[in-house]
Amino acid sequence: MRFIDTSLIIDTVENLCITANYNLNQDILDALKKNLTAEESNVGIHIIEKIIENADLARTEGVAICQDTGMAVVFVEIGQDIHISGGSITEAINEGVRRGYKRGFLRDSVVRDPIERVNTGDNTPAVIHYDIVEGDKIKITVAPKGFGSENMSALKMLKPADGIEEVKKFIIETVDNAGPNPCPPIIVGVGIGGTMEKAASLAKKALIRPINKRSSIEYVKNLEIELLDKINRLGIGPMGLGGRITALAVNVEVFPTHIAGLPVAVNISCYATRHAEAVL
Amino acid sequence: MRYTLNTPLSKDILKKLRAGDEVRINGVVYTARDAAHKCLVEMLQQKEKLPFDIKGQVIYYVGPCPAKPGKVIGSAGPTTSGRMDIYTPLLIGEGLAGMIGKGLRSKEVVEFMMKHGAVYFGAIGGAGALMAKHIVYQEIVAFPELGPEALRKIEVVDFPVFVVIDSYGNNLYEIGRKRYKVM
Repeated sequence: MRFIDTSLIIDTVENLCITANYNLNQDILDALKKNLTAEESNVGIHIIEKIIENADLARTEGVAICQDTGMAVVFVEIGQDIHISGGSITEAINEGVRRGYKRGFLRDSVVRDPIERVNTGDNTPAVIHYDIVEGDKIKITVAPKGFGSENMSALKMLKPADGIEEVKKFIIETVDNAGPNPCPPIIVGVGIGGTMEKAASLAKKALIRPINKRSSIEYVKNLEIELLDKINRLGIGPMGLGGRITALAVNVEVFPTHIAGLPVAVNISCYATRHAEAVL
Repeated sequence: MRYTLNTPLSKDILKKLRAGDEVRINGVVYTARDAAHKCLVEMLQQKEKLPFDIKGQVIYYVGPCPAKPGKVIGSAGPTTSGRMDIYTPLLIGEGLAGMIGKGLRSKEVVEFMMKHGAVYFGAIGGAGALMAKHIVYQEIVAFPELGPEALRKIEVVDFPVFVVIDSYGNNLYEIGRKRYKVM
């Protein structure tokens, strides 16, 4: 049994909020640079150059890559041999978000109630996904999620008879409808299977997988490659002004499902898909 | 074509601009997103005077990050314009000449733009750190209780945008997409 105090969780989350918002991850930077040569549109090339320049500027000056510093989505994998002392872990995570967003000069983008819409003033609460795993460590991933892309996401309960072709069609249609809105080149997170909420959470989780890493399941890997190719034929291009590079990657996660079901969730994320992690 | 424009924008200038033109904007621009738009439209509906003279003006759809000490403003890239579509026709009717944002606009907004000669500019989404470099002044003009969504008066220098939809209804999103679609 290991003990971890909530003060360490607060500090960790605080730092991760800032790190994630100031630094575009290397896998995405590499993909952007690689696609400079693949993009045929001059405007598209100019835009990719500018977003690379913006990422460099954010990192060196210590400012947010994008003003939409998102709702803080936090994935927590808790080893079952850990005991958390010093109070509630959920409160600790929210306190970390509160401190991180204040210290990092990040935008408060959360309203207390979806209908009454009064800003909470500290970007809390975070959306937290807990997972109990084996071992005596805690892995915390902070993934700030902007809503230009979140708003273009979709979920559909397909029928088993619809099969893989309808799954592909729905994913491509979702990206097609999103057009310029989610700040392309986008990253597409897909969850297939489980229940309604499981598919949605798989799609979100797919977005924190490095984009240079394909699925370990052969057919899923092929699906990711095929979908990326088809999406990049849509012509949407960087920021939707036309071009070859509409998406940088499609990450698909699958899960067992009910004999009567085929849920599919598509979580779209902008080029500035941000996440930072730490293991305690 | 490339243009450098000063705000407020004249009818003649607006007529010259075409979808695809690269534009640098200088001068005063007002920032407003969903919540501020809702307040502005409610003011108009109650026959109240708007907190700024909207004629010939440009609204930038942005909710900036807080400014670090010694800086004018935090990251300040465009937000998705479509969320403002429901409020926009009324503001164009009042004389709003230009909008800066990103993403699609409704048919009704484009119709009002054509009728009144307004232009929709696109800024690079997610380039908030770069955009902030072109903002040299900011003050809150109205609705301070909205925090990042407050109505701000900002001053911009060489602010880089594209004409996405011109006053004739030409749409760069449609033109660009057609050119590169392979299906």
